[in-house]
Amino acid sequence: MGGPLLALRAGVAGLAASLLAGSAKAAIVGAPGPGHIGFLPANSPIQYDIEWFHNAILLPVTFGISVLVLALLGYVVFRFNERSNPTPSRITHNGPLEIAWTVIPALILVVIAVPSFRLLSDQLIIPAPDMTLKVTASQWHWNYGYPKPEGGFSFDSLIKEDKDLKPGELRLLTVDNAAYVPVGKVVEIDVTSQDVIHSFSVPSFGVKIDAVPGRLNKAWFKALQEGVFHGQCSNICGIDHAFMPIEIHVVSESAYQAWLAGAKKQFAHADGVDLAETSQLKP
Amino acid sequence: MASVSEFAHSEAEVHEEHGHPTGWRRYLFSTNHKDIGTLYLVLAICAGIIGMLLSIAIRAELMFPGAHVFPVLSAILDGDGSHDAGKNLYNVFFSAHAVIMIFFMVMPAMMGGFGNWFVPLLIGAPDMAFPRLNNLSFWLLVAGFVMAMISMFVDGSPGFKGFGGGWVLYPPMASTVGTPGPAADFFILSFHLAGMASIIGAINFIATIFNMRAPGMTMFRMPLFVWSVLVTAFLLLLALPVLAGALTMLLTDRNFHTTFFEPSGGGDPILYQHIFWFFGHPEVYILIIPGFGMISQVVATFAKKPVFGYAGMVYAMLAIGLLGFMVWAHHMFTTGMSLAAQRYFVFATMVIAVPTGVKVFSWIATMWGGSISLRPPMLWAIGFIFVFTVGGVTGVVLANAAIDRYVHDTYYVVAHFHYVMSLGAVFSIFAGFYYWFPKMTGYLYDERLAKWHFWVSFVGINLTFFPQHFLGFQGMPRRTIDYADAYWLWNFVSSIGAYISGAGTLVFLYLIYEAFKAKRAAPANPWGPGATTLEWSVPSPAPFHTWETPPHIPGYDEHGAEPVVAAPGSAH
Repeated sequence: MGGPLLALRAGVAGLAASLLAGSAKAAIVGAPGPGHIGFLPANSPIQYDIEWFHNAILLPVTFGISVLVLALLGYVVFRFNERSNPTPSRITHNGPLEIAWTVIPALILVVIAVPSFRLLSDQLIIPAPDMTLKVTASQWHWNYGYPKPEGGFSFDSLIKEDKDLKPGELRLLTVDNAAYVPVGKVVEIDVTSQDVIHSFSVPSFGVKIDAVPGRLNKAWFKALQEGVFHGQCSNICGIDHAFMPIEIHVVSESAYQAWLAGAKKQFAHADGVDLAETSQLKP
Repeated sequence: MASVSEFAHSEAEVHEEHGHPTGWRRYLFSTNHKDIGTLYLVLAICAGIIGMLLSIAIRAELMFPGAHVFPVLSAILDGDGSHDAGKNLYNVFFSAHAVIMIFFMVMPAMMGGFGNWFVPLLIGAPDMAFPRLNNLSFWLLVAGFVMAMISMFVDGSPGFKGFGGGWVLYPPMASTVGTPGPAADFFILSFHLAGMASIIGAINFIATIFNMRAPGMTMFRMPLFVWSVLVTAFLLLLALPVLAGALTMLLTDRNFHTTFFEPSGGGDPILYQHIFWFFGHPEVYILIIPGFGMISQVVATFAKKPVFGYAGMVYAMLAIGLLGFMVWAHHMFTTGMSLAAQRYFVFATMVIAVPTGVKVFSWIATMWGGSISLRPPMLWAIGFIFVFTVGGVTGVVLANAAIDRYVHDTYYVVAHFHYVMSLGAVFSIFAGFYYWFPKMTGYLYDERLAKWHFWVSFVGINLTFFPQHFLGFQGMPRRTIDYADAYWLWNFVSSIGAYISGAGTLVFLYLIYEAFKAKRAAPANPWGPGATTLEWSVPSPAPFHTWETPPHIPGYDEHGAEPVVAAPGSAH
């Protein structure tokens, strides 16, 4: 039982740390923290906007409404219980009040809708990409394709089994071959699937897009800082749904070029995009 | 089987011919709305216990990182204790949990149970319009339940038993690509049977409510529960045939090599999702609207005050029902829909918050100025209003596609729909159960136990689901047997909450046992002056036949003139 207890201590410490500390500025890790309750560290303009839209607009509205209803319920239960108010009133209508509680929520929704629609457009209107990453899902791993001219290779990315983990690598979130992208560049991702529906998700980039057989879905991100960013398949896809993580390394342009040169050699056998290869994983 | 009463007109004749069938014949062949209602409630309780056991197993697995519990369960249930068999069984469990809770617990309890029992009583009708269809409807549902259970024990994914693709049955996971074995076919047929049962039930309710109201029981004098059943019946009638269409296409894709949803043959898996959610979104309102009606009546009874804004409540339910058909694709924001489509579905979805808000504020206004007694049904009703609000506002968050892209398919969504279903719908069912239990059984239950049941459940379920919002923000995907170690704390808390709510259910079962054992006779109206609807004017338990002569509706002039009544809900 040492594991759970240690995890509990880590959880409590992590919670305290997250409440006290601001976000780190150096290379960041886009992964969950023990006991944390908020968004994962943001690393794209879209994700910063998502965080702002939720925390600055939606959270106060939803929290406010919940507290208002709770307070009203508490008030009526104490003020109008049968001991303090033995004779009930017979009032069943109040025109202005009824109009108010119809119109005011509608106005609040309009206030929410404005930033919501703007952000939605930003997410779905893809700017001119600096590079394209082709993502192909299959049961149960991801395949990353780097199209020509700069790439021309593809490789499978599988979960790293527990016994192979190095210190600091996260269980269930670490892969054998991570995808690399340069910092500050607009990356278009083209996502499809070989078999059932999967979903490609990197929370720190604000990206989640279903991998659907027979379709090519597009999404985009621009990573603002270097670091390692994790995600997981987000659509039930069979018994190893929990075991097909996503790991993307955001690196400097020069480091990216170096990685690209190495990867071209390492994955040369693939010769373009090799989609036929499916290796099954049994962690 | 004395079922010719439709043609017998004099009361004496009816009694003579009907008699009281006894033993298993009374229930198997029943055409009596009260007996059928009881059958539905018994089915709902049994299904609820099974569904809850499945969820407790899921929470036990998620209490700690690593997959430890399900391989053991799999060894016990299927004789295969391998890691992979455990992972498969986990998927089978959460899929079955959803189907059982939706189709065999909430729907039978609300429509089949309370609807059958109380719609005829509340409108002054002697029975449902089509008593034999009523019987067919119930037993079809039982057959559907059996199909769903069989599905768990036949071949599914290659090498494993049961269907593990989630209750939504998305192809290709539910087609032969993901699930070659017949488990998916059993699942589909289970849906088909349950759907047929619901369509027949819906026709019955619509015919009953439109044609069999007592003289003077005008539409706008009907108690709100009757309105809620009517709206729900229309949703069922319009939504379930659409589901049947999608399922039939899936069935032919699986068995006759059609390619409706198969890209290699020119089909499209997303087409299935559109059709499914055209049913699926009205379905979630089917699960909650009868609850709205029950809550309105419970709140009015225990505040001893007529429902505030009766007409507004009716129009809000109609609006929610109508809008429910226009928002389906908000379940599909990550499937790659166009910007225009996503904008529309964001907008339409947010509009639903307005009539929902009207209902919440009207319930509070009903209590305002009232004389509230906090007896068990009222406790559950007040609990409902709060948790439904919490589930409702997270629904507004999710309506925004821009945010949904982040939390879609994470535990935030799990928290949201359990707040409106597992807390909302279930709390309203318990409010109704404690409200009508004396009328159905003729016994008074131990109110102290009922309050214990409420508080244990309230604490337990909130503890289960509130932390799941945090897990969602931290990006934890749903439907996974294992999770990254950082997610442990809130999963642990959530599991503890699930065990506490499990203990609440034990209190509930003991309460029923105790009430039947103690046999405290209930008066016709145990709730005092606030209980003004018709069911409280017949003895408890309600006799086998009621309203063979239509009741007198106060305010109704026998000669046919309709006096203007200021407050419809209060007119009796």
